[in-house]
Amino acid sequence: MSTNAPHRSLGGHKAWNRKRRRFWLVILCLTVLALAAFLILRAMDDALLYFRLPSDVIEQNLTAGQAFRLGGLVESGSLKKRDDGTSVTFMVTDGTTTLPVIYSGILPDLFREGQGIIADGRLDDQGWFIADQVLAKHDENYMPKEVYEGLQERGHPMGVSYSDEEGA
Amino acid sequence: MIPEIGHFSLILALLMASLAAIAPLYGASRNDQRLMSLAVPLMVGQFLFILIAFAALMQAYLVSDFSVLNVVANSHSLKPLLYKISGVWGNHEGSLVLWVLILSLFGSLVGLFGRALPLSFRARVLAIQALITSAFLLFMLITSNPFERVIPAAIEGRGLNPLLQDPGLAFHPPLLYLGYVGLSVAFSFAVAALIEGRLGPLWARWVRPWVLLAWMALTAGIALGSWWAYYELGWGGWWFWDPVENASFIPWLIATALLHSTIVMEKRDALKRWTLLLAILGFSMSLLGTFLVRSGVLTSVHAFAVDPERGLFILILLALAIGGSLALYAFRAGSLEAGGLFAPLSREGALVANNVLLSISAAIVLVGTLYPLFLDAVSGAKVTVGPPFFEISFVPLMVLLLIALGFGPLLAWKRGDIGRALGMLRLAGLAAFLGAGGAYLIWGPGPVMAFLGFALAFWLLGSILTDMGHKAKITQRPFAPMAALGRLRRVPRGIWGMWSAHMGMAVLVLGITASESWMTEKLVLLHPGDATEVADYTMIFQGVEPVGGPNYTAVRGHFTVMKGSHHVAELYPEQRAYSAPPMETTEAAIYPLIMGDLYAVVGDPDGKGGWSARLYWKPLISWIWMGVGLMVIGGGLSLSDRRLRVGAPKRAAITTRPGPQALPAE
Repeated sequence: MSTNAPHRSLGGHKAWNRKRRRFWLVILCLTVLALAAFLILRAMDDALLYFRLPSDVIEQNLTAGQAFRLGGLVESGSLKKRDDGTSVTFMVTDGTTTLPVIYSGILPDLFREGQGIIADGRLDDQGWFIADQVLAKHDENYMPKEVYEGLQERGHPMGVSYSDEEGA
Repeated sequence: MIPEIGHFSLILALLMASLAAIAPLYGASRNDQRLMSLAVPLMVGQFLFILIAFAALMQAYLVSDFSVLNVVANSHSLKPLLYKISGVWGNHEGSLVLWVLILSLFGSLVGLFGRALPLSFRARVLAIQALITSAFLLFMLITSNPFERVIPAAIEGRGLNPLLQDPGLAFHPPLLYLGYVGLSVAFSFAVAALIEGRLGPLWARWVRPWVLLAWMALTAGIALGSWWAYYELGWGGWWFWDPVENASFIPWLIATALLHSTIVMEKRDALKRWTLLLAILGFSMSLLGTFLVRSGVLTSVHAFAVDPERGLFILILLALAIGGSLALYAFRAGSLEAGGLFAPLSREGALVANNVLLSISAAIVLVGTLYPLFLDAVSGAKVTVGPPFFEISFVPLMVLLLIALGFGPLLAWKRGDIGRALGMLRLAGLAAFLGAGGAYLIWGPGPVMAFLGFALAFWLLGSILTDMGHKAKITQRPFAPMAALGRLRRVPRGIWGMWSAHMGMAVLVLGITASESWMTEKLVLLHPGDATEVADYTMIFQGVEPVGGPNYTAVRGHFTVMKGSHHVAELYPEQRAYSAPPMETTEAAIYPLIMGDLYAVVGDPDGKGGWSARLYWKPLISWIWMGVGLMVIGGGLSLSDRRLRVGAPKRAAITTRPGPQALPAE
């Protein structure tokens, strides 16, 4: 079968072919499984969080209860503690549209008004975004990449002022 | 002056590395002894020059030389000494210096300890290693010079991110690099074997210590990172399936597979081409991880300074290394002689199952990590692959792996007897039932997966104890405990290493399962004097007070924890405000108990005398890191096994086996 197979007895040759077949079988298995994983991903909406700015949320007319990742800037002066003392509300904006957010829990250390945030959660019936998690990046120049790019596309001034770490 | 010495040392190291990449390779192909023997001195030389550069950078950090940009950007004169030191590798440029330092250190060690290797083979291994080193040196000198000056010098540095000012994180990157770079040795050995066209059990014996070392470092590094996330981020979580975590986990999975396939190769001369492929993939995935972390193509909670130019450079490097080595593999692997045959139900078969499952797991994590990139390129949609994907696809594979793990060590090499193994594993099966039942008695109802997790962990523990009993021949009559213990003592360290590592796996599974399934989490608003029930414990909020630290001020909460009328602990969670850079961090207060951790985080005031707080009871969570500790100890035991010691082939060839006592069957 193969020209560079070493000279060997017939039995050995057969065995060698068998091994080679098995080798390709393993490769095939791996490919099929990678493909399967790929399909799982395409099918599994729950596991995929789409990134959206407030404008996208309005434009795409999202239904309540569908999980996604919201990004944008926290509107200055919008952060309020609710009466229960543990949950907060704030507004997330991309300059054009503003979306109200409720979050129960302790806000991440880097959460500041006027700065970019990412929050995972879903819309409720009233159009509020219920955040399960508000994400922080371990970096003091907190501006998530997607938020920056999204704002830039929409022409928001904060989309231009993103400073590189090396800028100083 | 000293930074310039460092810079020039890097340039000299690059020259030596380039020479070391070319001359020995050419010499090996012409069978020129002189050129081949250049490899070791050139390797040691580049290591020394990189060491000088590293020392120069370290000096700049220690004396806070703010005429060096890197120091200005990442250090501060008031920073504690430990973090001045760890600041050296806490940034992109400095971590690259550490990376090449370890790369050339490993190269030198292979050169110095590898006297038993054939000259041409050693020359080729070192040349490949030098090729990698020179690529990284070039990358550093072109895009990321760590010694760049600022004129005029800055007065004060910008400081290191306070979240990174942590003893756990100070050693997390160096350990990870030891792991990544350790895999480069296996890669170089694989590529050299492909060039040479020869491959046998001896190859596996040479490579195995390096893989073990890399695996241990990677394991410890990942564990340290997750431990840091657990106590420093204050979310109570320890693993987030974040792209950067995945980037270190994929090489770990492959290194674990490689660790097992080299055993088959060494003992049975089988799985040769597969092992080579794993050796190549392991380092390729390390490079891919580096690319993902440093190019900024993936959004991650981990931040490194992002620069598209660097990304492009690493991408080219990645394409050359992975593409080149895989092309070489495609051309040459077919010409390697096939090895021994074995029945599917045998020790080899079980190890193949281990390899297939670990590789598929690695593939799944890779797909999940890269899918957002793919989708962004194809449709422009920005997505994040959440933990559910990894849990649904990854956990079933681990279930299969744990089942197989119970059988593997009890099957004989070449052709195993499944009936006999099943008979021996009766007790392990019983242990599985008892484990699941015990979990129910302690924590009550829970998800099905929780009981499955406990059953599997106890199945594995039972199997290990059965294996131990079998090796000690405890069923032999008359029963002689001292003789049995003596037999156990004579079991090779490699086997003890396996037991320890597998036991670590069981402990890890217990920790993950219990903490995920039976955790209690409470988010409350507390006034001083308020008490909250958290699982079996009562946490009494005593109030807050301001405290000061070396480079921060903090608000410190105080909780008294009681169990019934019994005093358990005092917890002091903090909210710190650092001055340079200005940033707040949450310091969780954790009180670890054997059966679980008490975990408290204090939040913001509500302005009316109340404070929000997040309180947890996390059963068995510290077992996660104890399990990992057992794994690393297992690796160390294996590494200290005489038969595997570096350079052992030569000694083994000279000395005959000591004494007539038969080595235990493995």
